[in-house]
Parts: sequence; C-alpha cells; structure tokens
Amino acid sequence: MTKFVKGNEAVVIGALYAGCDLYFGYPITPASEIAHGAAKWFPMLGRTFVQAECETASVNMMFGAAAAGKLCMTATSGPGFSLMQEGLSYLAGAELPAVVVNVNRAGPGLGNVYPEQSDYTPAVKGGGHGNYQTFTLAPASAQEMCDLTIKAFEMAAKWRTPAVVFADGLQGQMMESVALPAAEVPRPDFSAWAAQGEPKTRANLVKSIFLDAHAQEVFNEKLQAKYEAMRADALAESCLADDADILLVAFGIGARIARTTAETLRKQGVKAGCFRPITLNPFPREQLAAAAKGRKILSLEIDAGQFADDVRLNLAKAGLGAEAAAVKMIHRMGGEVVTVDDAVKAAKELL
Amino acid sequence: MATIEQKGMYRSFPRSGKDVSFTHYCPGCGHGIINKLIAEACAELGLQDRTIFVDPVGCGVFTYYYWDAAHISAAHGRASAVATGTCRARPDAVTMAYQGDGDLGAIGFNNAFQAASRGERFGCIFVNNSLYGMTGGQMAPTTLDGETTTTTPFGRDPALTGHPLHVCEVFNQLAAPVYIARVSVADTRRILQAKQAIRKMFEIERDGKGYALLEILAPCPTNFRMTAEKAAQFCITEMEKEYPLAVFRDVTKDATPLVPRDVPRAADCAALFAEKTVVPPAADDPAIAEKRFKFAGYGGQGVLSLGLTVAEAARLERRHTLWFPSYGPEQRGGSANCSVVVSGTPIGSPTVEHPDVLVCMNQPSYERFVGDVVKGGTVIVDETVPLTVAPPEGVTVVRWPAIRLAEEFGVPKAANTMMLAALKKLACTGLSGASLEAALVASFKKKPELGEKNRELLRKAEAREG
Repeated sequence: MTKFVKGNEAVVIGALYAGCDLYFGYPITPASEIAHGAAKWFPMLGRTFVQAECETASVNMMFGAAAAGKLCMTATSGPGFSLMQEGLSYLAGAELPAVVVNVNRAGPGLGNVYPEQSDYTPAVKGGGHGNYQTFTLAPASAQEMCDLTIKAFEMAAKWRTPAVVFADGLQGQMMESVALPAAEVPRPDFSAWAAQGEPKTRANLVKSIFLDAHAQEVFNEKLQAKYEAMRADALAESCLADDADILLVAFGIGARIARTTAETLRKQGVKAGCFRPITLNPFPREQLAAAAKGRKILSLEIDAGQFADDVRLNLAKAGLGAEAAAVKMIHRMGGEVVTVDDAVKAAKELL
Repeated sequence: MATIEQKGMYRSFPRSGKDVSFTHYCPGCGHGIINKLIAEACAELGLQDRTIFVDPVGCGVFTYYYWDAAHISAAHGRASAVATGTCRARPDAVTMAYQGDGDLGAIGFNNAFQAASRGERFGCIFVNNSLYGMTGGQMAPTTLDGETTTTTPFGRDPALTGHPLHVCEVFNQLAAPVYIARVSVADTRRILQAKQAIRKMFEIERDGKGYALLEILAPCPTNFRMTAEKAAQFCITEMEKEYPLAVFRDVTKDATPLVPRDVPRAADCAALFAEKTVVPPAADDPAIAEKRFKFAGYGGQGVLSLGLTVAEAARLERRHTLWFPSYGPEQRGGSANCSVVVSGTPIGSPTVEHPDVLVCMNQPSYERFVGDVVKGGTVIVDETVPLTVAPPEGVTVVRWPAIRLAEEFGVPKAANTMMLAALKKLACTGLSGASLEAALVASFKKKPELGEKNRELLRKAEAREG
C-alpha cells in the first residue's frame, strides 16, 4: 500500500515503524509537519509527543529519554539544529542512540525557509564540541525520508550514537508516494546500560564525564575506533556511471537533479553518470573512489562548497589525488536550487 | 563506618580511580548533608530500584558516586529537560533532578520553569548557596544584594545586576506544581525539617502525583570565605532574610494525578496508516514520457489542491508523480504555486524549470512563468488575465472562464475545479478523464458530498464551453 505524503510526514511514518517511542520538538519551518504528524500519530499509538520550550530542551529531553533506554527523536531546521549541537555532543559522549532530523533551510542567520544543504559540516562532521561524529543519512525522496529514518534508528541503536537524517526544505514539503514498511521493528533492549528505574538497571550510570585525562583519552580512542568500524555501514548508489567520462557527485535532492542532468547529457551524446552518497557519515569513500577513478568530477550541491571539499578530501584519502584536485563544482545558495540547464552547461565545460 | 550512616549510599566512592569513603564536598558544605538526606530518604522508602537520579553540572556533579541508584549525568542547566525526557520515557520510575542555583536559576531557568509549568512527574531538588560553587564562587541569580563574589568583587549591585531571584516564589505562580517549599540545612533543627521535606519529595514521585520543587538553602564556606560555623550562620541570618523558609504550596494530600484525555487510538502502525482506497506503487513504463506541470495563482484560489488532484490522478494510473508547493511566508493571500511531475519512470529532478502545462489563475503568475513553457506546451489561463506577455513560439495559450463559471454555478470556491475541466477537455495531462474525475472526488474524502458536487460542476463546465 502507498500513501501520498510530504517528506516530513514520511519521516514520522518511518519513526513509528522503527519503534520510536518519544518525540520531542519545537516548531520551525520547513520542518514543522514532522511535529504536526508526530503530535497526531504518536498519541494515537500510545506513544509520547512533547512540545519542548526550545531546541536546547528538545535535545536534552532526548538525552533523558535515550538514557532511560527508549528510542526517541526530534526534528528541526538550521537555527534549531545549531541550538542542538551541545546536546548532540553530550549524546555522543554518553553513547546514546537518538535521531535528529534536520530539514535544512537557507542561512546563515534567519535566512529563509527554502532549501539548502548548507548545514553540511555540522550535520556530517559533528557540529558540537569534542571529538565526536554522528551517523548521518541523506534521503532523496519521500520514500527515503521514511526508509532512512528507520535506518537512522537502526544505526543509532547499533552504534550507540546520535544519528542525523539530513534533508532539505524541498524534500520536507514535497509529496510523493511512499510504500509503507512491511512490519514494525521490534524494540531494542538497552537494559545493559540504560537507567530504566528497574532493579536490573539500578547500577547503571549514563554520563559523558571522565575527570581523569587518561580515562578521557581512552574513551576518545574507543569512540574513534567505533567511528572507524562504522565505515562498514557506508551506503552509496550510482547510475549511468560504468562508462562515464563525467561523474556528477551529489547527495539528497541534489542527486536527483544530477540524475536528470546525466540523462540529459546522455541524450546529447555526453557520457555522464552519477554517484550519490546515501550516508554522508560514514562517507562511502571506497565506493566513490571506484566510481571516480580516471573521471572528470562535477560536484552538484546547494551550499557554498562544503560537500565538494568533502568529496576532494575523500578522493585524496582514497589515493586519487589527481581526481581530487580536478573536482569542479556547480552550486546554488540562498534557497535557489541548481537547474538541470545550468548543470548540463557546467558538465560540458569540463570536457 | 556504621551501616546506618551509609543508608542509600554506596559503600565506597571510586572517584578518580581511588576508592574513598568520603565525599568531594568541602568541610561545612551543605551539599554533603543534603546528599545524605536524599540517600536516606530513597533507601528508607525502598525506592532505590525505582529511582533515576538526574545529576547536574556544578558541585552536585558527583552524586552518582554516592547515591546507590541509577543515574543520568546531565549537561549544565539541563537537568530539568533531561528529567522531562526520563520521566516521560519511564513513567513508573521515580525521577529526581538535583540542581544548583547557577544550573537552575541562570542557564537552565526556562527548562526548569517550563517543566514545572507542564507538571512533569519528577521532583526537582534545588540547592541554593547564593553563588556558583564549583567554577570558583561567581555571582548567581540568587546572590544577595551586596554579597561579594568573584564576579561581584565590590559586592552585588542591584543597579547593575538586578535583585536576587526567588525561584520558589516565581514557580508558585504556576498552576501545575503540587509541592513547592524552601528549607535549609544550616542547623540541626533545619536539617530535620529538610529531611521531612526530602522524604515528601520521594513520596510525591513514588505516587505519581506530579511536579514538586524543593529549594534548600545551603552554606558554602569555601566561597563565602568563612568558617563552617560562620557560613551556616550566614545562611540563617542573611540568606533567610532574602529567602524565607516556607511551604509555598502543598496540595499533595488531595492531588490526584492528571490523566490525559482520550484521543483516537489505533492498534498498530498498519491500522493507523490504512487508507480506504488502496493505491498500489507506481509501475515503470518507459513508453510514457515525463510531463511537468505548474499551477499558479493567488493563495486561496485552490491552485495547490488543483495540482494535488492531477498528481493523485497520476497515482491512480500507477505513474510516478510528485508535488511540491512554493508560497510566500504568508499562510493566506500571497502568491502560490505548485509543481507536479508525472512520469512512466522514477523521477529525477523534482523542480519544474520548463513546464509542459502551465495553469495560471492570475496575472502575476502568467507574467512570471509563461516564458518558461516548453515548445509544444500548453498554457491555460483564466480569461480575466490579460495576455500582457506574448507566449514563446510554439506554445498554445487557452483562455478559460474558470472564475466566471464558478461564480455562475454559485460556487466561487470551485474555480480550481473549473480549471480541471479545462485540463480534462484539452486532454493535455496525458491522464484519462476518468482518473482526473476520480482524483477530484477523492480530494474531498472528508466531505464526500462535495466530491460528487464538484464532479457534476466539472462535467457541466465541460459541456458549457464548447
């Protein structure tokens, strides 16, 4: 069965199927439909919706619920995401699973409510204090707003880490058919470490403090080892890439514009293909390297080039220094989206 | 050490790798006494298995070394927000937050205040020693007028820093809390009163009665720069002048926990999201070319729902489709447009740069978008719109009396349905008339009678305009 829903609503559907028991949130355009859907649907299933007084509260309420062993989430957009960074650091430091959805709007400052991917760095690299990362997924359709939200909960629980679903204002507002998941995910058991108010969890302590420098370093090393192991769960997809001369690299809604661009270029006799990271952290470095080797690369994005820099970094780390140095970018900002016409033109200039 | 003195406490405290049997508090500090009272109350009431302590950042940060129960160590200022999450996640647990006066009174005041206002089911034990202890004796909102701290070296000056903050008195303006009191641990008599009050806090949360706040005045000899005796005396003579000990509210005897009002329930996700009309997923058919639509007009003219109807018709024919709106920050009245893409294969770029079909209900929309329409494309424009801009070559412009027909039929709100009649009549959507009609009817699923009425109007309009 399918439902025709906004990407924002698809997030809530995914969260409910994933076993999310609590939603904490503060309204912000263009993410508000996630709160609207949660406010309606969570109580209908006997689950909890709390409208927080601010995003700082939302993320700390998540800390309290996750520490108590329940799956929980919030959703926001740029300004709210900024406010949550301290809390995300605490979640990472206490190794708590929780999901934050960022429906990126244009910035900086108040900006506007139209789409951007400009929160790339805080969404992907860990935007708060300390050596931490989040598991970050970038959906590209309403179906994926649902499916990757489910995946985000799975990864958050598996790696005991905050996970970020990194979308944009266009996807949040766009309606598409969503095939409902086949079954609800069973609740994970966190009683080994969570404070659940039960006899078996009485000795549990959830904290992010290590007063001793050595102990803090050992914990940091453990975190870094975890992030390294997490790389096994990197996801990517490509299309028309096998014989491509030009590879468009893009994520989220940009990846769909890139696909139409590649198809248009093919019709004009230019061998173009696309590569799309589905997880932005862990970044699918090996997959990118395999698709990019020996090709001209055009990064398509809705930011100032933060993603292109990450493409270059990952190519360089994969040993493709020449490809990395030659990466070109087409981008728009401020709520404007790259057009297929402009992307076609930019790709042809690479030839 | 006698067992009785360790009631509710761990037997030893493994701080910083060393196993010790003394706390980290300075001699004469109020926290040490309060910690003991809390541990005793929790143990005496048999609540250690059920209790979740939310520990602060500040001098109380290490309570997890002392109290034998589950702990969550919160960010500075956020214990009340964290406790909100915890008590919502575990309604059967006894959730107890412990906060200092910088933590609760300054950085986390709104979190504490809003949690109290919501009537969250946790107890908040608020230790007021009139300054920031752990960070080195700075001014807190609770610092007394004239009191010297490291950030008020000449004494607190109300002209520059305002007056001492009375947390209990402020919270007492809220409707939800069931218990608000201020006690002290400055001498034996006061300690015994504090013990009773702390015990009451646990009983309230044990019985799920609601939000409770207990402020405890506590001496800080180190930062007061006094002996323990003098610090305790300062608490009694100076602090109590500003912060009188009192029970501000106690409705616990009669309080029955509020039970949430009933909402419609569903058994599970599948039941919640079930739809009356089962629409199967799109089927790939590369023979069907992609069509891009733009619907534009004033907000309130129904252009967004007109686009949705076309998208729904495409879904009924198992095409891939998407819809997205674009409108100004105003909820009503501004310009609005939406884009729809229909395709036989999965859709790439969702944006409609060059529509195959453009529907315009007003002049600004026509002027803005007509130049984008592809060669061979169709523009349907309400007849009230003057064609001030020439369309590109090879683009057909059809003027259609959508607004007039709707008014003639006595349903001015149905101008968008009249536009749908044009789309159907001109057969420019690539979708069957039956699908368009079915989608139109389905769009009124909350008011089925309106669906049928609109179908009639649509047919009438088609027949009228030959």
